[in-house]
Amino acid sequence: MASNDTDLTTRPSVTVHAPGSTASGVEPTGAPVMQLRDVSVYYGSYEAVRGTTMPIQQNQVTAMIGPSGCGKSTVLRALNRMNDPIPGARVSGDVLFHGQDLYARDVDPIQVRRRIGMVFQKPNPFPKSIYDNVAYGLRINGIKGRLDDHVEEALTKAALWDEVKDKVRKSALALSGGQQQRLCIARTIAVKPEVILMDEPCSALDPIATAKIEDLMFELTSDYTIVIVTHNMQQAARVSHYTAFFTAEVDDKQVRHGRLVEFSQTGKLFTNPTDKRTEDYITGRFG
Amino acid sequence: MTVTAPPATRPAAGGPDLTRAALSGRRRFTNHLATAAIWAAVLLAVIPLALVTYTVISKGGGVMSLSFLTEDIPNSYRRVGGGMAPAIVGTLLITGAAALMAIPLGVFGAIYLNEYGKQRPLARVIRLMADVMTGVPSIVMGLFVYISWVLLVGQQTGFAGALALACLMLPVVIRSSEEMLRLVPEELRQASMALGARKWKTTLTVVLPAAISGITSGSLLAVARAAGETAPIIIVTGIVFSPNWNLFDGSNTALPAQIFRNASTSFPAAQDRAWGAALTLIVIVLGFTIIARFISSRFAIKER
Repeated sequence: MASNDTDLTTRPSVTVHAPGSTASGVEPTGAPVMQLRDVSVYYGSYEAVRGTTMPIQQNQVTAMIGPSGCGKSTVLRALNRMNDPIPGARVSGDVLFHGQDLYARDVDPIQVRRRIGMVFQKPNPFPKSIYDNVAYGLRINGIKGRLDDHVEEALTKAALWDEVKDKVRKSALALSGGQQQRLCIARTIAVKPEVILMDEPCSALDPIATAKIEDLMFELTSDYTIVIVTHNMQQAARVSHYTAFFTAEVDDKQVRHGRLVEFSQTGKLFTNPTDKRTEDYITGRFG
Repeated sequence: MTVTAPPATRPAAGGPDLTRAALSGRRRFTNHLATAAIWAAVLLAVIPLALVTYTVISKGGGVMSLSFLTEDIPNSYRRVGGGMAPAIVGTLLITGAAALMAIPLGVFGAIYLNEYGKQRPLARVIRLMADVMTGVPSIVMGLFVYISWVLLVGQQTGFAGALALACLMLPVVIRSSEEMLRLVPEELRQASMALGARKWKTTLTVVLPAAISGITSGSLLAVARAAGETAPIIIVTGIVFSPNWNLFDGSNTALPAQIFRNASTSFPAAQDRAWGAALTLIVIVLGFTIIARFISSRFAIKER
């Protein structure tokens, strides 16, 4: 699916993704690899997030920030259909990936997740060896031969190879938390997705491990598009090119919904926000 | 120059007293009481275990010999000597066949319940039925197999015994395996899913290996319990006095059945054979346990 020349975008406001423009280091005005259009996520009859419209630019880091319960993780998980197994979870609107709606009837969620990977809040390496953790995705995707090279490449890209090259056959559970998280990133990039979703990847890590992951994210943008959910505004300001600010609103029936308040380039959002709520949040007056 | 600090048993003036002596008498008493209660519980649990082991070894050890393990059962209870070979063969074959039927089926059932069925109506019904099945007395299971299989094929066979034991093991395997699968962290399933693994692949390569040692323990308990079942064996497998290696043709026997028959006679020779059979059974179950532990440690995930 999702060849680069499928294009279902119809709205003029959406930058059309041109085939072949996957060069790295594109300017912040790069083409969107994903596009959310009026996306709402429901758990049963409860509308957790209401009407989100935003692009995800190629080879850029897009951050989602906001207070707890504002639906940013929910939106992130909607980007590669990780909400599917939750009973009653439902998405309305369009989540477009190269113009193709990920929630179209004939789309296989497995194919989606092979192209849009995810790194979780808590490092969750498999209770296997370091090698097997990285090789797992390769094996299930039927990549045969020269597994060793692929594993080394992924670990190198995740800035972990030097630390683990002598013990790749040892259990991944013996690594420190920061190393485990980089292993999870290595495991994700081993299958060469286009987009990597990160759900608060540093919230369980100390500042040094956090700095390593942030550096790594910067490196990875040459090959990958990254979407990161973070509680940490400084982190969003440091690592991202674009920032989406979400908040929770209470409607007239006293029901809370997550809403996207503002989306813009990170520099602008943090220095010159358009919306009063964004300003209150980033200046610490609320949240 | 070495500085020798005085032992810090007295707090500095005004500091908190951290010594045990500072505890109130009531708390110290409670502490000692709890410790004593725990030790008493351990002793109470160990005494019967030790007594059973000692009695079986001392009474069964006398008749234990190579000939006891390899010779046929004497036709007459009164006769001294002979062995338990037919019952050993029967126990190994019948329990083994039962395990081969019940464990894979039970583990697959548990996978369905925990990974696919979850709280669906069908899964709830299966769970309820498994719980009810756990409570069915073994003699009832024996009668069930008698009317549904023995009468059908027209003879008592070792396989009928295996069927009865498998029916007894199945619910235990299902429920214990399900509990073990439930302990596998959801994060691992999510990680696998996010890498583009299909559900069966995740179950097979991530969930099952993470739960395998617990599943093995649960299955072992079921095997050990089945190996000791007496009533269904007597009802559906009949009795033989020389080894029958064919599960599907002719009667068979097993150690618990022989313990029952020989122990309930008044002849010392038969009673000795019953003790010998008991010792053999315990050793066989112990052997199963060791082998299964070894196998599961091969699969199990090493922490370091």
